[in-house]
Amino acid sequence: MLAELWRYLALDAGYNAAVVVIGAALLGAGGGVVGCFGLLRKRSLLSDAVSHATLPGIALAFIALALLTGQGRQLHWLMLGAAGAALLAVLSVAWIKNRTRLPEDSAIGTVLATFFGLGTVLLSVIQVMRTGGQAGLEYLLLGSAAGMLLGEAQLVATASLVVTLAALLFLKELGLVAFDQDYARAMGYPVASLDLLMMALLVAITVIGLPIVGLVLIIAIVIIPPVAARFWTDRLLPMIGIAAFIGALGGYLGAAVSGVRANLPTGGIIVLTLTALFVLSLLFAPRRGVLAQGIRYLRFRLAIAERQGLLAIARGQPVLEPLARLRLKRRGWLTATGQPTTTGLSAAERTARDQALWDRWLEDYPNDAFGSESWASAPIEQALPADLVAELDRRVRRAENPA
Amino acid sequence: MTAAEFLQIDLPPMLLGTAAALACGLLGNFLVLRRQSLMGDALSHVVLPGIVVGFLVSGSTGSLPMLLGAGAAALVAVLLIELVRRLGNLESGAAMGVVFTAMFAGGLVLLEQSGARNVHIDVQHALMGNLEGTVWLAADGWADLLDPAALAAVPESIWRLLAVTTLIAVLILAFFKELRLSTFDPGLAHGLGFRPQLLGAGLVGLTALAAVAAFDAVGSILVIAMFICPAATARMLTDDLATQVWLSAVAAVLAALSGYAAAVFLPLWLGLDLALNAAGSMAVMAGLLQLTAMLLAPRYGVLTRRLRRAMPNQEPGL
Repeated sequence: MLAELWRYLALDAGYNAAVVVIGAALLGAGGGVVGCFGLLRKRSLLSDAVSHATLPGIALAFIALALLTGQGRQLHWLMLGAAGAALLAVLSVAWIKNRTRLPEDSAIGTVLATFFGLGTVLLSVIQVMRTGGQAGLEYLLLGSAAGMLLGEAQLVATASLVVTLAALLFLKELGLVAFDQDYARAMGYPVASLDLLMMALLVAITVIGLPIVGLVLIIAIVIIPPVAARFWTDRLLPMIGIAAFIGALGGYLGAAVSGVRANLPTGGIIVLTLTALFVLSLLFAPRRGVLAQGIRYLRFRLAIAERQGLLAIARGQPVLEPLARLRLKRRGWLTATGQPTTTGLSAAERTARDQALWDRWLEDYPNDAFGSESWASAPIEQALPADLVAELDRRVRRAENPA
Repeated sequence: MTAAEFLQIDLPPMLLGTAAALACGLLGNFLVLRRQSLMGDALSHVVLPGIVVGFLVSGSTGSLPMLLGAGAAALVAVLLIELVRRLGNLESGAAMGVVFTAMFAGGLVLLEQSGARNVHIDVQHALMGNLEGTVWLAADGWADLLDPAALAAVPESIWRLLAVTTLIAVLILAFFKELRLSTFDPGLAHGLGFRPQLLGAGLVGLTALAAVAAFDAVGSILVIAMFICPAATARMLTDDLATQVWLSAVAAVLAALSGYAAAVFLPLWLGLDLALNAAGSMAVMAGLLQLTAMLLAPRYGVLTRRLRRAMPNQEPGL
């Protein structure tokens, strides 16, 4: 089993399987790149409408092929039908959103359900037609790498590569439009055309992925990699790179694993692999990851507790808060019984002085102080410029002895 | 077509479709106004892993364990979406996309691995529904509609869905004022002590209930269509929420009945020996109704507005 998996991963399980695995990896990379722009434009679920809307296009193409040639399963024609229907769906969503009073999420839902409903009606027609190759349509619903023909796998691999390169070619323009449409328009970029290009790339990658991932799950390859990549960076270029890497890894591992066991649905395995990568990013990414955020929060809590504890000592009150007691004892500022030590008393005095300066700042410059994130959470010398601190110090002294 | 045939074969799917359309359509009014339309989409996708787990845990294909599993999955999905949204600081669409594809994929793999597929569950069924599979064989004539013995043989799924639909309708009527206020002005609702968060949670809970109860009969796609299309149709026609809710009910029933007619009777009248997928056809009808409203609604329709602009003199004193 493991040896078998290794052969797939090393692209050593036959030419056909190798092309499928490479195709899935390229597809994942393309989905990651294109999906980044979708996520930044807050359009993640538009791809859900796109993918479901491909069904009537596929079914119509199948019916036409079956009537004309007697053989319905010809992937490139089915994909063309899918792309046509998907494009119509994108335009419908835009029309509803721009021309009627209905919001975008309703537009997406309407188009998704109506197109897919039409697709199921057409599928019931196909079932009655009893022509050859009708079993060939179910694999587009759920995806199957194992059942792919060599030509189909090559088609997926090349088309994914083309879409990825096209997205990278217009990287700067698409990124600009995604971040700041008005600025892009002012700079003279054709925003409407670039928007259309973005939609076209989204439609393309969705349609290309159908035979491997299936139309129910295809949106995962344009949503999960960018969302996962977002945890690692705030900048566009690294985000696109990381999303492409995560997508490629998910496609590669998923296609290899599902190649080993024929009854594992490829789309499901790829999406689960992507989900695992997403969870890893969510937990362990530096700065934005849950773990990093938790540690930061804990540090903040401790710093606040320490300050409040010291202020209590300065006022001559006992330190009651458990977290503060723990922290101050660690520092050697409280004895085991909770009495302040000499170093503790001098630290308390320093903090009380610091707090007085912070309070003065809040009173004299309330606008600045309210906008500040660091108010009274660090020594004031570290947060404010030295001349301002000196001025606050003078004012505090004057208030203490007016003479 | 005799009365017995109609009662046995056509009435059950018509009833099921109508009840599902009403349950989802009534709730849809609030989802559309709150920009939560796609919650119905997400929840109807996670039903699949729910029924698979329900089957694996209980070992039976009875409806109760599966419905419990689906309900639990919907609950887990709602919590996960909120968790991912907050932890990742994401827009809700992206959070939904991550959660429901992950759960659907999990359900799919579990289904294939456990062999549950051979028993009863099948993905196409979950997506497209099996309206036509529901029949009332005990019916012989119109009199059976009042005959307790014959009524006892009405499929359980019909009673279940009718009960859920009634519950939803009653709750919406009972809490209409609270729902209206918390939908349009959550701040004021909070100030008046209506607890808008609680109402919001209740709404999501009812959405999950409707999605779970309806999917078995009509499939997830019709569920999504009915959550959105009737409410959107009604929204095009009126500004008053109470009127909108009534109109959406009319649109839902109309879509279900005309959808069934188009799927089953239309091919018969055309002399074709085939029946189209009824759930899909109902979804298409709901979409066509909405399209008509979007184009021709008296005040907000796209064509009506264009026409009014072309004849500015007709503008009523604005």
